[in-house]
Amino acid sequence: MAGFGNAFSSSIGKKLIMGITGLFLISFLVVHCFLNSLIFLNDGGLTFNIGAHFMATNWLIRSMEIVLFAGLLAHIVQGFRLWAQNNAARPVKYAVNNGAANSKWYSRSMGLLGTLLLIFLIVHISKFWVTSRFTGIPTVDANGHEDLFAVMVETFKNPWLVALYVFSMGSLAYHLLHGFASAFQTLGWNHKKYTPIIKGLGFWYSIIISVLFAAMPLAMHFGLIK
Amino acid sequence: MSTGNMNLTLKIWRQKNNKTKGNLVDYKVSEISPDMSFLEMFDVLNEDLISKGDEPIVFDHDCREGICGACSMFINGRPHGPKEGITTCQLHMRSFKDGDTIVVEPWRASAFPVIKDLTVDRTAFDRIIASGGFISVNTGNAQDANALPIPKVQADSAFEAAACIGCGACVATCKNASAMLFVSAKVSQLAQLPQGQPERYRRVQSMVAQMDAEGFGNCTNTGACEAECPKGISLENIARMNRDFYSAKFVSEEDI
Repeated sequence: MAGFGNAFSSSIGKKLIMGITGLFLISFLVVHCFLNSLIFLNDGGLTFNIGAHFMATNWLIRSMEIVLFAGLLAHIVQGFRLWAQNNAARPVKYAVNNGAANSKWYSRSMGLLGTLLLIFLIVHISKFWVTSRFTGIPTVDANGHEDLFAVMVETFKNPWLVALYVFSMGSLAYHLLHGFASAFQTLGWNHKKYTPIIKGLGFWYSIIISVLFAAMPLAMHFGLIK
Repeated sequence: MSTGNMNLTLKIWRQKNNKTKGNLVDYKVSEISPDMSFLEMFDVLNEDLISKGDEPIVFDHDCREGICGACSMFINGRPHGPKEGITTCQLHMRSFKDGDTIVVEPWRASAFPVIKDLTVDRTAFDRIIASGGFISVNTGNAQDANALPIPKVQADSAFEAAACIGCGACVATCKNASAMLFVSAKVSQLAQLPQGQPERYRRVQSMVAQMDAEGFGNCTNTGACEAECPKGISLENIARMNRDFYSAKFVSEEDI
């Protein structure tokens, strides 16, 4: 970018992009998780389908969808670039490396966890997003809205998909457990008063979001939500 | 020196030079005193190798009192061995058990090429310092100490950053071989004092650019560096350097 020199290509700049896109994706997950949690009302998906209909038709949401995909792509591409560069920074590996002595395993495995999430996202997007936007939702509910809830019920009859979803939400929990607080550190927000709050928020955010998301396919598969 | 009763198996990285590939070689040492330092144990081993006509193991060491940062050894998967807050010379054999097998490797990073055996070239750190880790002042009589009032908290924080001895343990232990803790300490020790202000935003840009040019990896905030640093340099310094870097790039009009 003219005038900004190596601001974005420097090591700190690259991490800035990871941090900002990461926080953006974190904010998206709040909205996504809230709307999906409407299935827990157990009203045959009527309220959930209202939410889904709003998300599919509101122009602001549809515009943000483009920003969301751009942010996700930037996070993925930058993540792989960082992984490759960091790998190249140590061409000869240690014969013995006791990483557990000084850091959490998930903080050292963000690339692996992110790759697992990418595989999950390919399945997830092809199952739901492509269906609702392109191939079309086959049925309508009592309110006349496209019945996305019925698509969920149908999808989660497959135990392998349920297993993939639950496993992936485990990956998500650990990815967020490091990513949430790490993003603030990258942004330079390390402060004796705020950092403990950020770390606490990050912990509970990671747990709550992942457990709620994992509970959805499980509850549908075992017939608790119909 | 009193002889002791420890018998150990050592697996030590031997490498002729930067051009050749190295490998771990097994050595036995016996009658090691638990009160010896790790480097003294190496001295015993090297005496033994020399008397047998073998080539001694090359390793860096200088002050042997924990303040120079020369003794770079990656011991059993950790820089400076299993104890916290110390360098290799301050590690004593009592930290190991009789019959232990100890693996000793050099710092591993593309920016720290092996010179020979356990000695690596750390001049990348010198080049980073030369790129901006200084203040420019005219020589002359020292000013009165009270001419520039500095809050105690700030002076302490700058001093904690200045405790960095440039040993490279942060790079050695980081999964990305990132030098962020070192560079941030060198940026922070000056950024918090009035003498460092005139060059503050030039400094951070130059030093980060040099750090990247040397081929160190990118920080992923694992915190391993802070945990292994013999001088307890804090991750707060990295956040401070990030803030200064953003200010320099996005607020200041001078781009380095």
